[in-house]
Amino acid sequence: MRFVIDGMTIEAQAGDTILTACRRAGYYIPHLCFHGDLPAQGNCRLCLVESKGRLLPSCLTKVTDGMEVASATEQLHTLRLRLTQMLFVEGNHICPSCEASGNCMLQALGYRLGLLDNHYPQFFPRRPLDASHPQMILDFNRCIQCQLCVRASDQLDQKHAFVVAGRGGEAHITASSSNGQLGSTSFAATDHAAGICPVGVFLGKGVGYVTPIGERRYDRADIAQAGDRNA
Amino acid sequence: MTAAQGKAADGKTIQTVVRTAMRRCGTGRDALLAVLIHVQRHMGHLPDEAIAAVATAMRLTHGEVAGVVSFYAFFHQEPFGLYDCRLADNIIERHAGNAAVQERLGTLLKGGLGTLSTTSCIGLSDQAPGALIDGAPIPSLKDDRLEQVVHLMEKEIPVARWPGSLSRVKPNVRRADRILQQQAWQGEALRQAMTQGAAAFLEELELSGLRGMGGAGFPTARKWHSVREAAVTERVVVCNADEGEPGTFKDRVLLQRHAAALFEGMTICGWCVGARHGFVYLRGEYRYLLPILQRKLAARRRAGLLGQGILGVQGFDFDIQIRLGAGAYVCGEESALLESLEGKRGVPRPRPPYPVEAGFQALPTVVNNVETLSAACLVAVHGGAWYAAVGTAASRGTKLFSVSGDCSRPGVYELPMGTPLQELLQLAGAHRTQAVQMGGASGALVAPHDFGEPIAFEALPPGGSVMIFDQSRSISGIVHNFACFFAHESCGFCTPCRVGTRLQRDLVHKFTLGHGDAADLSELKELGLLMGRASHCGLGQSAGRAVGDALQYFPEHFPIASPDAFVQLETALEQARALRQAGGHTP
Ligand SMILES: Cc1cc2nc3c(=O)[nH]c(=O)nc-3n(C[C@H](O)[C@H](O)[C@H](O)COP(=O)(O)O)c2cc1C
Ligand code: SF4
Ligand code: SF4
Repeated sequence: MRFVIDGMTIEAQAGDTILTACRRAGYYIPHLCFHGDLPAQGNCRLCLVESKGRLLPSCLTKVTDGMEVASATEQLHTLRLRLTQMLFVEGNHICPSCEASGNCMLQALGYRLGLLDNHYPQFFPRRPLDASHPQMILDFNRCIQCQLCVRASDQLDQKHAFVVAGRGGEAHITASSSNGQLGSTSFAATDHAAGICPVGVFLGKGVGYVTPIGERRYDRADIAQAGDRNA
Repeated sequence: MTAAQGKAADGKTIQTVVRTAMRRCGTGRDALLAVLIHVQRHMGHLPDEAIAAVATAMRLTHGEVAGVVSFYAFFHQEPFGLYDCRLADNIIERHAGNAAVQERLGTLLKGGLGTLSTTSCIGLSDQAPGALIDGAPIPSLKDDRLEQVVHLMEKEIPVARWPGSLSRVKPNVRRADRILQQQAWQGEALRQAMTQGAAAFLEELELSGLRGMGGAGFPTARKWHSVREAAVTERVVVCNADEGEPGTFKDRVLLQRHAAALFEGMTICGWCVGARHGFVYLRGEYRYLLPILQRKLAARRRAGLLGQGILGVQGFDFDIQIRLGAGAYVCGEESALLESLEGKRGVPRPRPPYPVEAGFQALPTVVNNVETLSAACLVAVHGGAWYAAVGTAASRGTKLFSVSGDCSRPGVYELPMGTPLQELLQLAGAHRTQAVQMGGASGALVAPHDFGEPIAFEALPPGGSVMIFDQSRSISGIVHNFACFFAHESCGFCTPCRVGTRLQRDLVHKFTLGHGDAADLSELKELGLLMGRASHCGLGQSAGRAVGDALQYFPEHFPIASPDAFVQLETALEQARALRQAGGHTP
């Protein structure tokens, strides 16, 4: 099966989504809430591509033989830039002093999309820190609600350590224990859930800034070449 | 209720309440929402101990239960006092003066007597302002009636003992046609369909041109056909009675007065597609309709119209359960509704698969609006050609409209599809009309130059709600109300809607204050397009529609402010000086 994206022909296997086929072929489509080990859910919307005038999440849309898709358009570039800016203003991001700086997929996307300002007013939400776990601090100020940790803990670790609570602007991720603290779950720093965050929410205790800023993954290469931080 | 709270403070009693709830509602994961509703009803609120007890009993994590609780607006973790008063705050209620009610009741309840909160629309816009007090609908909450409520509350009389006249909801049917003139079917329509046979009946349904009345207008026959053809043994019929679109109340009237037609329509559907299970997803706001609906279901079971061997036909088994929502507009979206029916947070699913392929518990499922299912009885009795004889080429039959706002005769009107809006406005006694919002907050804001247009799927959206605004109303105020609604009701799943609805709300707010600038204008337009194109579900996709229409058709309501209009330099400096004198750090 073949399809065409941005003028390039790509081979796809039965059951492939546009995103999985492109990833296999080494063609980058921006994404944050997608991870190859988990079923896609399509909530960050960064991987939207255009086909027959409609925008489709490439992580959920199955390839059909001969379909034509556009990803590298001016319009999609602007859309992705705006979505990235939305994620920035919704949380509290402090890149220059963030432990994840240079390893963060949100920041890396910002670089790639030429993000030079927030465009939208900051929300300055109040979000709690969870330092209850002996090995890990959760700084939810950086959370972009990709729900990867929730899904990884459910489906890869079978621990159900995280849940989504609240609705709309109040929606947030929290530990699933009765006091809402990670320390009261069976989560361990070796869990899949611990390494899957695309941004800087999960911070290991006792380590930090091991690689100097400036020499990290996305400091050295664009995310399209450097690949996903959590791969 | 206070007594119940006292009891529930004791751990054992909570366990008992939870056990009873599970006995009544089921023990499976899909019963979670129902169990929580039951527990809250018996305890007055859902403290952490109750969540813990439910989690233990249902073998879920605490967070999973808490995640469901925090999704639905009707759950609350703090006690409410004697009265749980939810004031409708849709734009129609605002225009009807709900601020006065808010002030009057707010002062009264403040001292712990009860809790006053607002909620978007409770399906009483034709009798605004209205409130739900301990779940009881209290329409026309003004003048004497407001004073009567105040008086009863001052005496701390429980709502159950209030005079029935206070909670009587008028049907307000202004014009009845085929759908509203149906008799209370007791199997006659079903028998007619069955004599035709399922395949022939589906052809009639196709011929009738019946399309979904819940907003999207999907051909009903095609939906039923897909489910019927699915290669499985179990299928499901779901009636969408969430009626969450602000300004809509026509399903309320159908449920109040024509439940027989709905249940018969669902049974016809069950027979036609080969389903044994039917659900009515009833919005939490309509809980007061539950007892009468349950009685009618019981009567139909006794009459052999539901249950096993319906109408004496061996193997024709179908029954209907009612499940309550708990205050989430997004649960009207069919896939979110299915999630909610499964006891989960009402987050819309990715599509495909569509509900006809994988719906309730992954079974092929028909999801239809109350009105659609009721209208199916007409096709069974009169045939497709008869049904299609009225209406326009693409929109057949008649349609119910919930008319509210600035008119002398608000209420439900059943009119042929294709009726010009102007005609409906005249019938409703609307004068000096400035704008009409068609199809609820997610619909279109229509300006006078389009009042001559027909109401039909191919022209003005025929969604149930018609909100009328006269010349005295502020357009930016109206769309600000809608923008707040979407920001409140977004499920939070996808980026454009979760963030965009809040940005939109704040930008529109600036214009209501006269502070909007040219950049805000273009930003609003861009945001509307972005949400429309990039959002995961219909909520986000339509969240910018009314605002976009307002900007296009009523630009004079969005004037660009000159800086002097809102920065009073002298006053600001004065304030700064005062702050400094008071010891602040402002220069
Ligand atoms: C945000 C949102 C809310 C909706 N609310 C309702 C509702 O309250 N009632 C309804 O019947 N359909 C509602 N719908 C439409 C349903 O998704 C679905 O199309 C409908 O129930 C199908 O039934 P029908 O074909 O009979 O119209 C809503 C859709 C969206 C996107
Ligand atoms: S998480 Fe990423 S985007 Fe956020 S502050 Fe850290 S580096 Fe910046
Ligand atoms: S569009 Fe809004 S309501 Fe729909 S899934 Fe996205 S966040 Fe939820």
